[in-house]
Amino acid sequence: MNTIYLDNNATTCIAPEVREAMMPYFNERYGNPSSMHLFGGQIAKDIREAREKVAAFINADPSEIIFTSCGTESDNMAIHGCAEVLGNQARLITSRVEHPAVLGPCRHLRDKGHPLFEIPVDNLGQLDMDTYSAALKGDGKKLVSIMWANNETGVVFPIEKIAAMAKAAGAIIHTDAVQIAGKATIDVRKVPVDMLAISGHKIHAPKGIGCLYVRRGTRLRTFMIGGHQENGRRGGTENVAFIVALGVAVECAAAHQASEAQHLARLRDKLEQGLLATCPDARVNGDPLHRLPNTSNISFEFIEGEAILYHISDLGICASTGSACAAGSLEPSHVIRAMGVPFTAVHGSIRFSLSRYTTEAEIDYVLEKFPPVIKRLRDLSPFSKDSAPPIEL
Amino acid sequence: MWEYSDIVMDHFRNPRNVGKIENPDGTGTVGSLACGDALTLMFKLDENQRICDVKFQTFGCASAIASSSALTEMLAGKTVDEAEKLTNKDIAAFLGGLPDQKMHCSVMGREALEVAIHNYRTGESGIKHLDDHIICTCFGVSENEIRRIVTENSITNIEDVTNFCKAGGGCGMCQSDIQKIIDSVSSTRSLTPPSPAEQPRKALTNIQKIKLIEEVVEREIRPSLQKDGGDIELIDVVGNRVLIGFRGMCAGCQSSAFTKHDFIEAKLREFVSPEIIVVEEGE
Repeated sequence: MNTIYLDNNATTCIAPEVREAMMPYFNERYGNPSSMHLFGGQIAKDIREAREKVAAFINADPSEIIFTSCGTESDNMAIHGCAEVLGNQARLITSRVEHPAVLGPCRHLRDKGHPLFEIPVDNLGQLDMDTYSAALKGDGKKLVSIMWANNETGVVFPIEKIAAMAKAAGAIIHTDAVQIAGKATIDVRKVPVDMLAISGHKIHAPKGIGCLYVRRGTRLRTFMIGGHQENGRRGGTENVAFIVALGVAVECAAAHQASEAQHLARLRDKLEQGLLATCPDARVNGDPLHRLPNTSNISFEFIEGEAILYHISDLGICASTGSACAAGSLEPSHVIRAMGVPFTAVHGSIRFSLSRYTTEAEIDYVLEKFPPVIKRLRDLSPFSKDSAPPIEL
Repeated sequence: MWEYSDIVMDHFRNPRNVGKIENPDGTGTVGSLACGDALTLMFKLDENQRICDVKFQTFGCASAIASSSALTEMLAGKTVDEAEKLTNKDIAAFLGGLPDQKMHCSVMGREALEVAIHNYRTGESGIKHLDDHIICTCFGVSENEIRRIVTENSITNIEDVTNFCKAGGGCGMCQSDIQKIIDSVSSTRSLTPPSPAEQPRKALTNIQKIKLIEEVVEREIRPSLQKDGGDIELIDVVGNRVLIGFRGMCAGCQSSAFTKHDFIEAKLREFVSPEIIVVEEGE
């Protein structure tokens, strides 16, 4: 059975050109870039080139790039590192729909005494700009961490405006750009963020590599202490193979981006419109006008997401859900709930996320196989409309 | 992904007895869309007062569907009195076990059954009503329900209460109340220790016997040895011969032969079987 992988916001496959570029570092090029011999020293050059590629990808200076192990580390480094410099009176401002890599550190710091503002979103998932503006008012040090694009719904925030408002209020601003990377242009000369996190495995590099952009002049307490690497800002011998991989991955992403966005949006829209046409009582979660081109989040009412995933998994289709059951918690997705989606639709939310490798034939297969799964589970459900359950909804 | 047993996956993929019954003798509905799972169970009795038809409809995850389907198979042919004795543990066991966090699916099955039986006997509403003191307002779980789950499943911590009935898994405000219930149940538990003399001894299967020996070692034997800096290892059980090893201060202790015979063997004979013989490794 073929695998139809529509879960690319969770992780992506490693691009062939990326894999090939990594391989020498598992074989003959195993030197330590800090060594005082050519065998190791030549590796430092490879890292420098990768750093230049990543910098070019977001229009930054290479000295502003810190390689990390993942997006979560980048977010933690930005939030903890900056909060420590600003002091424990500093106000933290984030959104209710952030990835746990941001919400987790922010709430941890709140418990240690920082005031924390979590800005709500409207029913399209867009940031409540009035509340955000109010949270920025007043004196005192402020750290903003607001994502560029949402991993669950694909909703894209107006980050340029959000960052400009933060700077005007004298705040430091970090953005989690893990989902936007590769899907839209990132230009830190145009978007005045101080810090920006990227993860490799969302853009066809392997898991275990990420980076943090830190604008020159931004003070950041070192998070990983005990090494001169990354200019003393992140100790630990460099993960050379994966750093090289990230360099190639961003190069590919930049080269493909324009055509890829079109390709993704066309297939995503075909999938979304097809499913809405064949599955009654379904609704799209998110802002249709400001959304990643690869993401579609659809709620299928009266049924539960984990059951849908297990059935489509039997058909080779991979997606994800905001249902509580699948998360191992009892609380359904904080993102979908923050948008005020009715409970009838929260548990049945399914996220499809495409990649540059998604084909039309795959979308056609899903359009054929998916609707019968929905019907089957609804036939089982006491809440289905034709079921007339002995219960008040 | 959850590690569901093959039986769970079979009942999820091919659920038995889906649907509704016209004029059922008993109907029970529990759960809600907000909670994330719900189940409607209906049954009909034949002239011998046995369940001849049973149907369900479930909104929920794979294990909720499988638990409901399993329940219907377990109910077929039973009298209402027999059906009433089913516990959530029976449903989980029938399915070859459920992941800890999914035990509440089996509890939902038992609850629906209870409501359906209540509906059959009294004609009162077949929808679960919350008649006693609510502890968890997020998921609408009552004190009696928590007390029952703690008792039936020998639960000793809040996390397991959440796994079994969701209580405490929302805002978490009720966790101290849940702890109080656990404490009160476990205090009654320790007041009435199972007296071996009163318990009728049934023939044990090998697995039951080994489990019981392990329990007795943990509860009755090991703590005493550890007090003196010693320990015991259970190595093997063959028939009634229990092979043990002494560890720590017990190893090489001159009175270990006495400990073995007059303490370990005596305890195992008292709690497991009078035929138990304890043998030390290397003997």
